Amino acid sequence: MPDSNTNKRSATQLIQDYLPQIVLVPTVVAMLMYVVIFSLWTLWLSVSNSTLLPDPSFAGFGEYVALWKSKRWTVAYQNLFLFGSLYVLGALVIGTLLAILIDQRVRFEAVWRTVFLYPLAISFIVTGTVWRWIFHPQTGVELALHDMGWISAQFGWITDRDLALYVVVITGIWHASGFAMALILAGLRAVDGDTVKAAQIDGASMARTYRRVILPSIWPIFLAVAVVLLQFAIKTYDLVVALTQGGPGVATTVPAIVVYDLMFQRGQIAQGSAAAVMILVALAIVLIPYAIYMSYRRRGEESTHG
Amino acid sequence: MAEADTLIEFDPLSTGSRRRRITTKAIVYGLLVLFSIYYLAPLAILLMNSMRPLDEIVRSGFIDIPGSVSLQYWAEAWGTFCIAGTCEGVSRFFMNSLLMAVPATIISTVLGLINGYALSKWRFKGADFLFGLITLGVFLPAQMTLLPWAFILGSIGLSNTISGLVLVHTIQGLSFTTLFCRNYFLAVPDDLIKAARIDGAGFWRIFRRIILPLSPPIVIVTVIWQFTGIWNEFLFGTVFTSGANQPITSALVAFSGSGTGVRAYNVEAAAVIMAALPPLIIYVVGGKYFVRGLTQGAVK
Repeated sequence: MPDSNTNKRSATQLIQDYLPQIVLVPTVVAMLMYVVIFSLWTLWLSVSNSTLLPDPSFAGFGEYVALWKSKRWTVAYQNLFLFGSLYVLGALVIGTLLAILIDQRVRFEAVWRTVFLYPLAISFIVTGTVWRWIFHPQTGVELALHDMGWISAQFGWITDRDLALYVVVITGIWHASGFAMALILAGLRAVDGDTVKAAQIDGASMARTYRRVILPSIWPIFLAVAVVLLQFAIKTYDLVVALTQGGPGVATTVPAIVVYDLMFQRGQIAQGSAAAVMILVALAIVLIPYAIYMSYRRRGEESTHG
Repeated sequence: MAEADTLIEFDPLSTGSRRRRITTKAIVYGLLVLFSIYYLAPLAILLMNSMRPLDEIVRSGFIDIPGSVSLQYWAEAWGTFCIAGTCEGVSRFFMNSLLMAVPATIISTVLGLINGYALSKWRFKGADFLFGLITLGVFLPAQMTLLPWAFILGSIGLSNTISGLVLVHTIQGLSFTTLFCRNYFLAVPDDLIKAARIDGAGFWRIFRRIILPLSPPIVIVTVIWQFTGIWNEFLFGTVFTSGANQPITSALVAFSGSGTGVRAYNVEAAAVIMAALPPLIIYVVGGKYFVRGLTQGAVK
């Protein structure tokens, strides 16, 4: 490196050398604020004396205790478990079925794919609004059945405390199964053709070939889809707001709805923050093991491939 | 002929007898049609009811064949219907959403391109750590950021403004755009960059001459992802804006809540279609890229 004689030149040289880092400064500052400071901020609010307004003094973990003692929150968490498992399972099953159907060298493949995937482009608010109309006894299926002459027909799931959550599940599956289909189909297409042929030469039927050979070989895709959908499930908010507003009663209330209510309707900032932290914990429970597993697998691949 | 038959490439549908093949085919197409009905029904219901007179909907519900059809409800929904205290229909909220989504998409995409380039092609000490920090933003639930954002927007005078929403969405979107672009640029051969550096090209020159010309596919993916995500977002819009400043998703919920007397279902259906249309058009036009964004966003 030749000495630069003037200070000015060395300064511009310095900027040149560190340009990649300098360019990243705004993003890094923004992300430090967003990821680190915001998280610590909400964490701190959750153990503070805040009610309607933030109050910086430390109050301990009382709000977490109060949160877990409140019926609304425990119901919301149970709902999340039931909704989350049925939603992920349903989307995976239907997504797999659709992917296999499309994989049968059907005609107009692009049309089928477009039809099954378009819900993903539509917001949860739009989705929830339409399905509310379809499920509501006064506007939807029940009324249509009555008009067709089946006077005693009843289809009031959305107003039934025990069944309303399944309405959310069905709507959620409508929105997400195309996503599962797209990823699984991509996986099916990447399966080695020779193994499939070998299985068929051995006389395996189509169903058996899928069950024993093809589907097991793409299980990492199922795992990835499940993790992404679980993430959606944990963050679910808009869909329930548009569909049932958490009701009837608390029948379809999910954690994100409780957070919003505590923070912005009931003036319980500390408890709302505690609930937000619990959502973060739920996400961490899903994502951290997956991240560890993925990095473990990647390392394994690197060592086997040299 | 018999020989030719056995030589046909193995096809799951062509196993078994001809009769069985036809049955299988019928089952496959039957199921596809059945599922298509499940997927398309909501869209058909929206379209039909946005053109039906209200008394018809009230009498026979949403699931019925229209007796008469008119486009006047579309005009009402767009221009004159009263929502959230203003009587300008959804046009106002549609514009709000555009003014929110377009700048936030452009800014976060441009920054994502530069970040991704710096992180993947100018590997310096700590680059992976910074990348890790940035990707954490993808997973942070919005609920963790609501109160801090409310405070910050308030203290810089952006509460209840579209600019405030642009800021929130830009920063939230940076993690996605950086992730997409960085992973995409990893595939650009390092030798290409090395050669350019030996020729004396600097950071920006390489960006303009080598990286940008290779970028259109990832730019399209990122723009589609960002625009549809921001357009469809609801929570931030509801928490940080109110009244006439809301984006269209929040306005739709205000619409369903604002009914006194009989609800104007037909106008509402038209408004719902308007809220769904921009992402739908993008999806139909850029479908291939939309799917690519999905797979990248999900698997990487």
